[in-house]
Amino acid sequence: MSLIKSSLARKYVMALSGLFLIIFLILHVTINLASVFSPDFFNEASHFMGYNPLVQFLMQPILVIGVIVHFVMGFVLEIQNKKARDVSYVKYKGSANAPWVSRNMIYSGLVILAFLGLHFYDFWVHEMTYKYIEANPEDPTRYYAETVEKFAPFWRTILYVVSFVLLSLHLWHGFASSLQSMGVNNKYTAGFTKFAKIFAVVVPLAFAFIAIYHHLNPITH
Amino acid sequence: MKLYLKIWRQKDASTPGKIVDYTLEGVEGDMSFLEMLDILNEELVSKGEEPVEFDHDCREGICGTCSLQINGEPHGPDRLVTTCQLHMRKFNDGDTIVIEPFRATAFPVIKDLIVDRSAFERIQQAGGYISVNTSGNTIDANSIPINKYDADEAMDAATCIGCGACVAACKNASAMLFTSAKVSQFALLPQGRVEATERVQSMVRQMDLEGFGNCTNTGACEVECPKGISLTNIARMNREYLSATSKG
Repeated sequence: MSLIKSSLARKYVMALSGLFLIIFLILHVTINLASVFSPDFFNEASHFMGYNPLVQFLMQPILVIGVIVHFVMGFVLEIQNKKARDVSYVKYKGSANAPWVSRNMIYSGLVILAFLGLHFYDFWVHEMTYKYIEANPEDPTRYYAETVEKFAPFWRTILYVVSFVLLSLHLWHGFASSLQSMGVNNKYTAGFTKFAKIFAVVVPLAFAFIAIYHHLNPITH
Repeated sequence: MKLYLKIWRQKDASTPGKIVDYTLEGVEGDMSFLEMLDILNEELVSKGEEPVEFDHDCREGICGTCSLQINGEPHGPDRLVTTCQLHMRKFNDGDTIVIEPFRATAFPVIKDLIVDRSAFERIQQAGGYISVNTSGNTIDANSIPINKYDADEAMDAATCIGCGACVAACKNASAMLFTSAKVSQFALLPQGRVEATERVQSMVRQMDLEGFGNCTNTGACEVECPKGISLTNIARMNREYLSATSKG
Protein backbone atom coordinates (compact mmCIF):
# COMPACT_ATOMS: atom_id res chain seq x y z
CA MET A 1 0.00 0.00 0.00
CA SER A 2 2.87 2.35 0.85
CA LEU A 3 4.15 1.85 -2.71
CA ILE A 4 0.95 3.20 -4.28
CA LYS A 5 0.89 6.40 -2.20
CA SER A 6 4.58 7.29 -2.25
CA SER A 7 6.39 9.90 -4.31
CA LEU A 8 8.69 7.18 -5.62
CA ALA A 9 5.72 5.18 -6.94
CA ARG A 10 4.72 8.23 -8.99
CA LYS A 11 8.22 8.24 -10.46
CA TYR A 12 7.92 4.56 -11.39
CA VAL A 13 4.51 5.12 -12.99
CA MET A 14 5.77 8.05 -15.07
CA ALA A 15 8.84 6.10 -16.19
CA LEU A 16 7.03 2.87 -17.01
CA SER A 17 4.11 4.51 -18.83
CA GLY A 18 6.64 6.66 -20.73
CA LEU A 19 8.69 3.62 -21.73
CA PHE A 20 5.50 1.86 -22.85
CA LEU A 21 4.58 4.85 -25.04
CA ILE A 22 8.11 4.84 -26.48
CA ILE A 23 7.64 1.21 -27.57
CA PHE A 24 4.40 2.27 -29.24
CA LEU A 25 6.23 5.12 -31.01
CA ILE A 26 8.70 2.63 -32.51
CA LEU A 27 5.82 0.60 -33.95
CA HIS A 28 4.05 3.73 -35.17
CA VAL A 29 7.06 5.26 -36.92
CA THR A 30 7.95 1.94 -38.57
CA ILE A 31 4.50 1.58 -40.13
CA ASN A 32 4.41 5.27 -41.09
CA LEU A 33 7.76 5.06 -42.87
CA ALA A 34 6.22 2.41 -45.06
CA SER A 35 3.84 5.08 -46.38
CA VAL A 36 6.88 6.70 -47.99
CA PHE A 37 8.80 3.64 -49.12
CA SER A 38 6.09 1.02 -49.72
CA PRO A 39 2.46 2.21 -49.98
CA ASP A 40 1.26 -1.37 -50.47
CA PHE A 41 2.85 -2.56 -47.23
CA PHE A 42 1.49 0.56 -45.49
CA ASN A 43 -2.02 -0.33 -46.66
CA GLU A 44 -1.63 -3.92 -45.48
CA ALA A 45 -0.22 -2.94 -42.08
CA SER A 46 -2.85 -0.22 -41.53
CA HIS A 47 -5.66 -2.60 -42.46
CA PHE A 48 -4.29 -5.21 -40.07
CA MET A 49 -4.06 -2.65 -37.25
CA GLY A 50 -7.56 -1.35 -38.04
CA TYR A 51 -9.37 -4.69 -38.18
CA ASN A 52 -7.43 -7.19 -36.08
CA PRO A 53 -9.56 -7.78 -32.95
CA LEU A 54 -6.50 -8.22 -30.74
CA VAL A 55 -5.15 -4.84 -31.81
CA GLN A 56 -8.52 -3.11 -31.72
CA PHE A 57 -9.96 -4.45 -28.50
CA LEU A 58 -6.87 -5.22 -26.42
CA MET A 59 -3.82 -3.25 -27.58
CA GLN A 60 -5.69 -0.04 -28.44
CA PRO A 61 -7.44 0.26 -25.04
CA ILE A 62 -4.11 -0.50 -23.29
CA LEU A 63 -2.47 2.25 -25.34
CA VAL A 64 -5.21 4.74 -24.44
CA ILE A 65 -4.87 3.81 -20.76
CA GLY A 66 -1.08 4.29 -21.07
CA VAL A 67 -1.54 7.78 -22.50
CA ILE A 68 -4.12 8.75 -19.86
CA VAL A 69 -2.01 7.41 -16.97
CA HIS A 70 1.06 9.28 -18.24
CA PHE A 71 -0.58 12.67 -18.62
CA VAL A 72 -2.83 12.46 -15.55
CA MET A 73 0.19 11.52 -13.41
CA GLY A 74 2.12 14.35 -15.05
CA PHE A 75 -0.57 16.83 -13.95
CA VAL A 76 -0.70 15.35 -10.43
CA LEU A 77 3.07 15.70 -10.11
CA GLU A 78 2.99 19.27 -11.41
CA ILE A 79 0.31 20.29 -8.89
CA GLN A 80 2.17 18.63 -6.00
CA ASN A 81 5.46 20.19 -7.06
CA LYS A 82 3.94 23.66 -7.19
CA LYS A 83 2.56 23.14 -3.68
CA ALA A 84 6.00 22.14 -2.44
CA ARG A 85 7.19 25.74 -2.89
CA ASP A 86 4.44 28.00 -1.57
CA VAL A 87 6.49 31.22 -1.89
CA SER A 88 8.37 31.67 -5.15
CA TYR A 89 11.88 33.03 -5.41
CA VAL A 90 12.28 36.66 -6.45
CA LYS A 91 15.21 35.45 -8.52
CA TYR A 92 15.49 31.82 -9.62
CA LYS A 93 18.26 30.90 -12.03
CA GLY A 94 17.09 27.51 -13.24
CA SER A 95 19.24 27.69 -16.36
CA ALA A 96 22.38 27.63 -14.19
CA ASN A 97 21.92 24.05 -13.12
CA ALA A 98 19.42 22.22 -15.32
CA PRO A 99 18.58 22.08 -19.05
CA TRP A 100 15.46 23.88 -20.30
CA VAL A 101 13.84 20.63 -21.50
CA SER A 102 14.06 19.00 -18.08
CA ARG A 103 12.46 22.01 -16.37
CA ASN A 104 9.61 22.36 -18.86
CA MET A 105 8.34 18.82 -19.39
CA ILE A 106 4.82 19.94 -18.48
CA TYR A 107 4.77 22.43 -21.38
CA SER A 108 6.22 20.06 -23.99
CA GLY A 109 3.78 17.47 -22.63
CA LEU A 110 0.82 19.84 -22.96
CA VAL A 111 1.68 20.56 -26.59
CA ILE A 112 1.91 16.82 -27.28
CA LEU A 113 -1.44 16.31 -25.53
CA ALA A 114 -3.04 19.01 -27.69
CA PHE A 115 -1.49 17.38 -30.74
CA LEU A 116 -2.99 14.03 -29.71
CA GLY A 117 -6.40 15.73 -29.77
CA LEU A 118 -5.84 16.84 -33.37
CA HIS A 119 -4.30 13.48 -34.30
CA PHE A 120 -7.24 11.55 -32.86
CA TYR A 121 -9.64 13.82 -34.71
CA ASP A 122 -7.72 13.36 -37.96
CA PHE A 123 -7.34 9.59 -37.92
CA TRP A 124 -9.18 7.86 -35.08
CA VAL A 125 -12.48 9.77 -35.37
CA HIS A 126 -12.29 9.39 -39.14
CA GLU A 127 -11.71 5.65 -38.76
CA MET A 128 -14.59 5.19 -36.29
CA THR A 129 -16.91 7.14 -38.58
CA TYR A 130 -15.86 5.07 -41.59
CA LYS A 131 -16.26 1.74 -39.83
CA TYR A 132 -19.08 2.13 -37.36
CA ILE A 133 -21.20 5.19 -38.28
CA GLU A 134 -21.15 5.04 -42.04
CA ALA A 135 -20.67 1.24 -41.84
CA ASN A 136 -18.54 1.16 -44.96
CA PRO A 137 -17.21 -2.20 -46.16
CA GLU A 138 -13.58 -3.14 -45.55
CA ASP A 139 -11.22 -1.61 -48.10
CA PRO A 140 -7.58 -2.62 -47.55
CA THR A 141 -6.34 -0.19 -50.22
CA ARG A 142 -7.66 3.14 -48.88
CA TYR A 143 -5.14 4.02 -46.15
CA TYR A 144 -2.25 5.37 -48.22
CA ALA A 145 -4.42 7.83 -50.17
CA GLU A 146 -6.25 8.95 -47.00
CA THR A 147 -2.96 9.59 -45.22
CA VAL A 148 -1.39 11.55 -48.06
CA GLU A 149 -4.57 13.60 -48.41
CA LYS A 150 -4.43 14.56 -44.72
CA PHE A 151 -1.13 16.33 -45.27
CA ALA A 152 -2.35 18.38 -48.23
CA PRO A 153 -3.15 21.46 -46.07
CA PHE A 154 -0.04 23.44 -45.18
CA TRP A 155 -1.39 24.34 -41.70
CA ARG A 156 -1.83 20.71 -40.67
CA THR A 157 1.66 19.78 -41.85
CA ILE A 158 3.13 22.68 -39.86
CA LEU A 159 1.15 21.76 -36.72
CA TYR A 160 2.37 18.18 -36.98
CA VAL A 161 6.00 19.21 -37.50
CA VAL A 162 5.94 21.67 -34.57
CA SER A 163 4.42 18.94 -32.38
CA PHE A 164 7.20 16.56 -33.39
CA VAL A 165 9.79 19.16 -32.32
CA LEU A 166 8.13 19.27 -28.88
CA LEU A 167 7.95 15.46 -28.85
CA SER A 168 11.70 15.44 -29.47
CA LEU A 169 12.32 17.77 -26.52
CA HIS A 170 10.02 15.71 -24.29
CA LEU A 171 11.78 12.47 -25.22
CA TRP A 172 15.22 14.09 -24.88
CA HIS A 173 14.72 14.35 -21.12
CA GLY A 174 12.02 11.74 -20.50
CA PHE A 175 13.56 8.74 -22.24
CA ALA A 176 17.08 9.45 -21.01
CA SER A 177 15.99 9.77 -17.38
CA SER A 178 13.46 6.91 -17.31
CA LEU A 179 15.95 4.28 -16.14
CA GLN A 180 17.21 6.64 -13.40
CA SER A 181 13.61 6.77 -12.13
CA MET A 182 13.50 2.98 -12.12
CA GLY A 183 16.66 2.88 -10.04
CA VAL A 184 19.12 2.01 -12.81
CA ASN A 185 22.28 4.11 -12.84
CA ASN A 186 25.43 2.14 -13.58
CA LYS A 187 28.30 1.85 -16.06
CA TYR A 188 25.85 1.40 -18.94
CA THR A 189 23.91 4.61 -18.14
CA ALA A 190 26.12 6.92 -20.23
CA GLY A 191 25.66 4.66 -23.27
CA PHE A 192 21.91 4.38 -22.70
CA THR A 193 21.62 8.18 -22.34
CA LYS A 194 23.37 8.65 -25.70
CA PHE A 195 21.06 6.10 -27.33
CA ALA A 196 17.99 7.77 -25.78
CA LYS A 197 19.04 11.18 -27.06
CA ILE A 198 19.69 9.86 -30.56
CA PHE A 199 16.26 8.19 -30.41
CA ALA A 200 14.72 11.49 -29.25
CA VAL A 201 16.00 13.19 -32.39
CA VAL A 202 15.68 10.42 -34.99
CA VAL A 203 12.11 9.24 -34.30
CA PRO A 204 10.42 12.69 -34.30
CA LEU A 205 12.57 13.61 -37.31
CA ALA A 206 11.23 10.55 -39.14
CA PHE A 207 7.64 11.52 -38.25
CA ALA A 208 8.29 15.09 -39.48
CA PHE A 209 9.90 13.79 -42.68
CA ILE A 210 6.83 11.64 -43.40
CA ALA A 211 4.45 14.60 -42.90
CA ILE A 212 6.54 16.94 -45.08
CA TYR A 213 7.08 14.25 -47.74
CA HIS A 214 3.35 13.66 -48.15
CA HIS A 215 2.67 17.40 -48.19
CA LEU A 216 5.18 17.87 -51.00
CA ASN A 217 4.10 14.75 -52.92
CA PRO A 218 0.31 14.82 -53.21
CA ILE A 219 -1.47 12.08 -55.14
CA THR A 220 -2.37 13.38 -58.58
CA HIS A 221 -5.18 11.63 -60.41
CA MET B 1 34.00 47.18 -4.19
CA LYS B 2 30.54 48.67 -4.00
CA LEU B 3 27.58 46.32 -4.03
CA TYR B 4 23.85 46.78 -4.38
CA LEU B 5 22.14 44.22 -2.18
CA LYS B 6 18.52 43.14 -2.43
CA ILE B 7 17.80 41.17 0.74
CA TRP B 8 14.65 39.35 1.86
CA ARG B 9 13.51 40.79 5.18
CA GLN B 10 10.78 39.08 7.16
CA LYS B 11 9.94 39.84 10.77
CA ASP B 12 8.68 36.35 11.65
CA ALA B 13 7.01 33.28 10.19
CA SER B 14 3.54 34.82 10.17
CA THR B 15 4.42 38.26 8.79
CA PRO B 16 4.80 38.65 5.01
CA GLY B 17 8.33 39.54 3.94
CA LYS B 18 9.73 41.77 1.22
CA ILE B 19 12.94 42.61 -0.57
CA VAL B 20 14.82 45.57 0.95
CA ASP B 21 17.60 47.40 -0.94
CA TYR B 22 20.97 48.15 0.69
CA THR B 23 24.14 49.69 -0.73
CA LEU B 24 27.39 48.43 0.78
CA GLU B 25 30.82 49.93 0.13
CA GLY B 26 34.32 48.77 1.04
CA VAL B 27 33.76 45.07 0.33
CA GLU B 28 37.06 43.21 -0.30
CA GLY B 29 37.44 40.23 -2.65
CA ASP B 30 39.03 38.14 0.11
CA MET B 31 35.98 38.42 2.34
CA SER B 32 33.61 35.51 2.51
CA PHE B 33 29.96 36.12 1.66
CA LEU B 34 29.04 35.88 5.34
CA GLU B 35 31.76 38.39 6.30
CA MET B 36 30.24 40.76 3.77
CA LEU B 37 26.88 40.31 5.55
CA ASP B 38 28.65 40.84 8.91
CA ILE B 39 29.84 44.24 7.65
CA LEU B 40 26.37 45.13 6.47
CA ASN B 41 24.98 44.15 9.89
CA GLU B 42 27.60 46.25 11.72
CA GLU B 43 26.47 49.22 9.64
CA LEU B 44 22.82 48.50 10.35
CA VAL B 45 23.43 48.11 14.09
CA SER B 46 25.44 51.34 14.22
CA LYS B 47 22.48 53.11 12.60
CA GLY B 48 20.13 51.54 15.14
CA GLU B 49 18.47 49.28 12.59
CA GLU B 50 17.66 45.59 12.95
CA PRO B 51 20.49 43.41 11.56
CA VAL B 52 19.81 40.84 8.83
CA GLU B 53 19.35 37.42 10.44
CA PHE B 54 21.11 34.52 8.71
CA ASP B 55 22.25 31.03 9.68
CA HIS B 56 25.94 30.27 10.21
CA ASP B 57 28.11 28.17 12.47
CA CYS B 58 31.47 26.63 11.54
CA ARG B 59 32.23 28.93 8.59
CA GLU B 60 34.49 26.15 7.31
CA GLY B 61 32.06 24.53 4.88
CA ILE B 62 31.48 21.40 6.94
CA CYS B 63 28.54 21.97 9.27
CA GLY B 64 25.70 22.60 6.79
CA THR B 65 24.27 25.50 8.76
CA CYS B 66 24.72 28.36 6.31
CA SER B 67 22.29 28.58 3.43
CA LEU B 68 21.08 31.54 1.29
CA GLN B 69 19.78 31.68 -2.27
CA ILE B 70 22.24 34.08 -3.91
CA ASN B 71 21.33 35.51 -7.32
CA GLY B 72 18.97 32.61 -7.91
CA GLU B 73 21.31 29.78 -6.84
CA PRO B 74 21.75 28.09 -3.46
CA HIS B 75 25.16 28.95 -1.99
CA GLY B 76 25.69 31.35 -4.90
CA PRO B 77 27.34 31.05 -8.30
CA ASP B 78 30.42 29.04 -7.24
CA ARG B 79 30.43 25.23 -7.35
CA LEU B 80 31.14 22.75 -4.52
CA VAL B 81 31.20 25.45 -1.84
CA THR B 82 28.85 26.55 0.90
CA THR B 83 27.94 30.21 1.33
CA CYS B 84 30.55 30.60 4.08
CA GLN B 85 33.24 29.48 1.63
CA LEU B 86 31.97 31.68 -1.21
CA HIS B 87 34.31 34.64 -1.62
CA MET B 88 33.43 38.11 -2.76
CA ARG B 89 36.02 37.89 -5.54
CA LYS B 90 33.34 35.94 -7.41
CA PHE B 91 31.46 39.25 -7.73
CA ASN B 92 32.33 42.54 -9.42
CA ASP B 93 32.25 46.15 -8.33
CA GLY B 94 28.77 47.55 -8.92
CA ASP B 95 27.03 44.15 -8.95
CA THR B 96 23.49 43.76 -7.70
CA ILE B 97 23.11 40.67 -5.51
CA VAL B 98 19.70 39.23 -4.64
CA ILE B 99 19.79 37.32 -1.34
CA GLU B 100 16.82 35.18 -0.33
CA PRO B 101 16.11 32.32 2.07
CA PHE B 102 15.96 28.74 0.76
CA ARG B 103 12.39 28.36 -0.47
CA ALA B 104 10.27 25.29 0.19
CA THR B 105 6.93 24.78 1.90
CA ALA B 106 8.75 22.26 4.11
CA PHE B 107 11.38 24.92 5.00
CA PRO B 108 9.24 27.75 6.48
CA VAL B 109 10.98 31.08 7.07
CA ILE B 110 11.68 31.77 10.74
CA LYS B 111 13.09 35.25 10.25
CA ASP B 112 14.77 37.11 7.36
CA LEU B 113 17.11 34.55 5.75
CA ILE B 114 16.73 31.82 8.37
CA VAL B 115 14.53 28.84 7.53
CA ASP B 116 13.43 25.91 9.63
CA ARG B 117 15.17 22.83 8.20
CA SER B 118 14.08 20.47 10.96
CA ALA B 119 12.17 18.47 8.30
CA PHE B 120 15.59 17.01 7.42
CA GLU B 121 16.12 16.03 11.06
CA ARG B 122 12.80 14.19 11.08
CA ILE B 123 13.69 12.31 7.87
CA GLN B 124 16.98 11.32 9.48
CA GLN B 125 15.22 10.25 12.68
CA ALA B 126 12.83 8.09 10.65
CA GLY B 127 15.62 5.65 9.77
CA GLY B 128 18.98 7.29 9.20
CA TYR B 129 20.81 5.22 11.78
CA ILE B 130 21.86 1.67 12.62
CA SER B 131 20.73 -0.02 15.83
CA VAL B 132 23.92 -1.16 17.54
CA ASN B 133 24.89 -1.48 21.14
CA THR B 134 27.30 1.32 22.00
CA SER B 135 27.41 0.76 25.75
CA GLY B 136 30.74 -0.93 26.30
CA ASN B 137 30.79 -3.98 24.05
CA THR B 138 30.89 -2.21 20.69
CA ILE B 139 32.25 -4.26 17.81
CA ASP B 140 34.91 -2.49 15.76
CA ALA B 141 33.31 -1.51 12.44
CA ASN B 142 36.57 -2.37 10.68
CA SER B 143 36.29 -6.01 11.69
CA ILE B 144 33.96 -6.52 8.72
CA PRO B 145 35.86 -6.30 5.41
CA ILE B 146 34.19 -3.99 2.87
CA ASN B 147 35.28 -3.66 -0.72
CA LYS B 148 36.90 -0.38 -1.71
CA TYR B 149 34.22 0.65 -4.22
CA ASP B 150 31.36 0.31 -1.72
CA ALA B 151 33.36 1.97 1.06
CA ASP B 152 34.12 4.95 -1.20
CA GLU B 153 30.53 5.25 -2.40
CA ALA B 154 29.22 5.10 1.17
CA MET B 155 31.73 7.73 2.29
CA ASP B 156 30.82 9.98 -0.66
CA ALA B 157 27.13 9.74 0.30
CA ALA B 158 27.99 10.41 3.94
CA THR B 159 29.63 13.73 3.05
CA CYS B 160 26.12 15.23 2.76
CA ILE B 161 25.97 18.01 5.35
CA GLY B 162 22.18 18.38 5.15
CA CYS B 163 22.29 22.05 4.21
CA GLY B 164 19.17 21.88 2.02
CA ALA B 165 20.74 23.31 -1.17
CA CYS B 166 19.28 20.35 -3.12
CA VAL B 167 15.76 21.33 -2.05
CA ALA B 168 16.44 25.02 -2.71
CA ALA B 169 17.80 24.35 -6.21
CA CYS B 170 15.12 21.88 -7.29
CA LYS B 171 12.25 23.45 -9.22
CA ASN B 172 9.99 21.01 -7.34
CA ALA B 173 11.57 21.57 -3.91
CA SER B 174 12.30 17.86 -3.78
CA ALA B 175 14.42 16.40 -0.98
CA MET B 176 15.35 13.22 -2.80
CA LEU B 177 19.08 13.94 -3.07
CA PHE B 178 19.35 14.46 0.70
CA THR B 179 17.19 11.44 1.56
CA SER B 180 18.94 9.23 -0.97
CA ALA B 181 22.37 10.17 0.37
CA LYS B 182 21.27 9.23 3.87
CA VAL B 183 19.75 5.96 2.60
CA SER B 184 22.84 5.17 0.51
CA GLN B 185 25.46 5.69 3.19
CA PHE B 186 23.92 2.77 5.09
CA ALA B 187 22.61 0.68 2.19
CA LEU B 188 26.13 0.25 0.83
CA LEU B 189 27.55 -1.18 4.05
CA PRO B 190 26.86 -4.58 5.68
CA GLN B 191 26.10 -2.86 9.00
CA GLY B 192 23.30 -0.93 7.25
CA ARG B 193 21.80 -3.87 5.39
CA VAL B 194 20.18 -5.29 8.55
CA GLU B 195 17.55 -2.53 8.68
CA ALA B 196 17.69 -1.54 4.99
CA THR B 197 14.13 -2.62 4.13
CA GLU B 198 12.45 -0.62 6.90
CA ARG B 199 14.89 2.29 6.62
CA VAL B 200 14.19 3.28 3.02
CA GLN B 201 10.43 2.96 3.47
CA SER B 202 10.38 4.99 6.69
CA MET B 203 12.62 7.75 5.36
CA VAL B 204 10.68 8.08 2.09
CA ARG B 205 7.39 8.09 4.02
CA GLN B 206 8.67 10.89 6.27
CA MET B 207 10.03 12.82 3.26
CA ASP B 208 6.57 12.69 1.66
CA LEU B 209 4.86 13.69 4.92
CA GLU B 210 7.05 16.80 5.17
CA GLY B 211 5.60 18.09 1.88
CA PHE B 212 8.67 18.06 -0.34
CA GLY B 213 8.07 17.86 -4.10
CA ASN B 214 8.71 15.00 -6.49
CA CYS B 215 11.97 14.34 -8.30
CA THR B 216 11.80 14.93 -12.05
CA ASN B 217 15.47 14.18 -12.73
CA THR B 218 16.49 17.71 -13.72
CA GLY B 219 19.83 17.21 -11.96
CA ALA B 220 19.85 20.75 -10.48
CA CYS B 221 20.42 19.33 -6.98
CA GLU B 222 23.62 17.54 -8.00
CA VAL B 223 25.00 20.68 -9.67
CA GLU B 224 24.29 22.93 -6.68
CA CYS B 225 25.25 20.49 -3.91
CA PRO B 226 28.28 21.90 -2.08
CA LYS B 227 29.47 18.36 -1.37
CA GLY B 228 28.94 16.96 -4.88
CA ILE B 229 26.42 14.31 -3.84
CA SER B 230 25.68 12.30 -6.98
CA LEU B 231 22.34 11.52 -8.64
CA THR B 232 23.36 7.85 -8.54
CA ASN B 233 22.23 7.99 -4.90
CA ILE B 234 18.69 8.80 -6.01
CA ALA B 235 18.76 5.84 -8.41
CA ARG B 236 20.01 3.66 -5.55
CA MET B 237 17.18 4.87 -3.29
CA ASN B 238 14.67 4.21 -6.09
CA ARG B 239 15.77 0.58 -6.44
CA GLU B 240 16.14 0.10 -2.68
CA TYR B 241 12.57 1.30 -2.27
CA LEU B 242 11.26 -0.85 -5.12
CA SER B 243 12.98 -3.86 -3.61
CA ALA B 244 11.83 -3.02 -0.07
CA THR B 245 8.17 -2.49 -0.98
CA SER B 246 8.09 -5.70 -3.03
CA LYS B 247 9.23 -7.55 0.11
CA GLY B 248 6.40 -5.86 2.04
